Amino acid sequence: MRRADRRLCGTGIGIGGIMAFHTISLTVNGREQQARVRANTLLADMLREELRLTGVHVGCDTTQCGCCTVHLDGEAVKSCTMLAVQASGRSVTTIEGLAPSHDQLHPVQQAMMDCHGLQCGFCTPGMVMMLADFLEKSPAADESDIRHALEGNLCRCTGYQHIVDAAMQVVTTRQSDLGQEGSDV
Amino acid sequence: MYDFTYLRPRSLSDAEQALKTAFDPRLLAGGMTLLPSMKARLSSPSTLIDLSGLPELRGIALTDGRLEVNAMTRHFDVSTNPLVAEHIPALTRLAGGIADWQVRYRGTMGGSLSNADPSADYPAAALALNAEFVTNRRRISSEEFFLGMFTTSLDEDEILCRISFAIPQAASYVKIPHPASGYAMTGAFVARYEDGYRVGVTGAASLYFRHPPMEAALDAGADAEACRNVDEPDDVEFMSDIHAPAAYRRNLVKVAVAEAVENLLQTKDRDSDTDT
Repeated sequence: MRRADRRLCGTGIGIGGIMAFHTISLTVNGREQQARVRANTLLADMLREELRLTGVHVGCDTTQCGCCTVHLDGEAVKSCTMLAVQASGRSVTTIEGLAPSHDQLHPVQQAMMDCHGLQCGFCTPGMVMMLADFLEKSPAADESDIRHALEGNLCRCTGYQHIVDAAMQVVTTRQSDLGQEGSDV
Repeated sequence: MYDFTYLRPRSLSDAEQALKTAFDPRLLAGGMTLLPSMKARLSSPSTLIDLSGLPELRGIALTDGRLEVNAMTRHFDVSTNPLVAEHIPALTRLAGGIADWQVRYRGTMGGSLSNADPSADYPAAALALNAEFVTNRRRISSEEFFLGMFTTSLDEDEILCRISFAIPQAASYVKIPHPASGYAMTGAFVARYEDGYRVGVTGAASLYFRHPPMEAALDAGADAEACRNVDEPDDVEFMSDIHAPAAYRRNLVKVAVAEAVENLLQTKDRDSDTDT
């Protein structure tokens, strides 16, 4: 719901009677936050409009495109298909909170840059959040695993080849890093 | 989305109470179907009762030789659970092929079965694995649970608590997915028990069905190739749409069953290899 609409509804009186607001506490990108949301506020809308985390993109609003993917307690979920109130007490990470520091990208972000994994960039936050979770849990993923994992993320520019290349770069880099550590011991 | 009242009970009895007293309530499981249909205004309950606050509705256990999955267990948990992988690996693969990665973190087995989408995956498994649906007040067999498209025998104030599966000697699930949605245009779950085969089919008809002619053929020793010549039961009404007309779906049933049987027979061979 747009801001203006919300102001109109600010009286709290709706068709069904008194509309309840829920005050929720959650951690967003490592910071404790409180928010006052209506029951029908989507997590994606709260993140974008209340917290101004506009890296959370809403592409389809029908659980198909994956652009709104965020981490909920470390798991990649589609924030357009979850109520904000359901995130109460949970920890949410958006693309804005993924990089370990201001001057260092997350390995998936770096690989997307290196491999030309984006063109218009609209699907990119969702792709990155999805791959960050998936590659954490499947460090030895092969190309077909990666393509299967990306079934819930749509790119309408270039296709998926460079995105898959980026994911493969993360896998091989991590494996060679591990190999080096192993040989150091 | 219309506004609604959101409740998140902390115990099953609170949830039952809310379901009895709230105005126009709907139970919310993973929300992967309900929330999109509310956004599209196909559904507009006045009260949502979110079952995610009930830890007793999550988890998987082996009880009296049956695999029991609590209703709020997510597809992701089914697809990664060691008990499921050990006893019914076909169910592991089925759960890992539902929708996409993100949806499997939210969607639940009980939510999917209660929704009874005619193209959902779990119902084929429920029929083939002789599932029992345990609610807050009774046990319902899989044959009695599904009544039609999006219709089950659950009463309005009834809560599905867990699903209990009979563990087969071997099983396999093959789905022919719709290329865009990933839903099953046809899915066949074939399970072999000591007393014979059970075959459950989803996606092809307006209601999931067991396939007695195929079961009889398999019991008589039919191989995958022979399954391609077995016709469906007389009362099946195949669905027809722009993606797959009825005649095509009718054929997909044979294709899916044959492939599942082929996988299942290979599984058996692998088992006997490891025995020797």
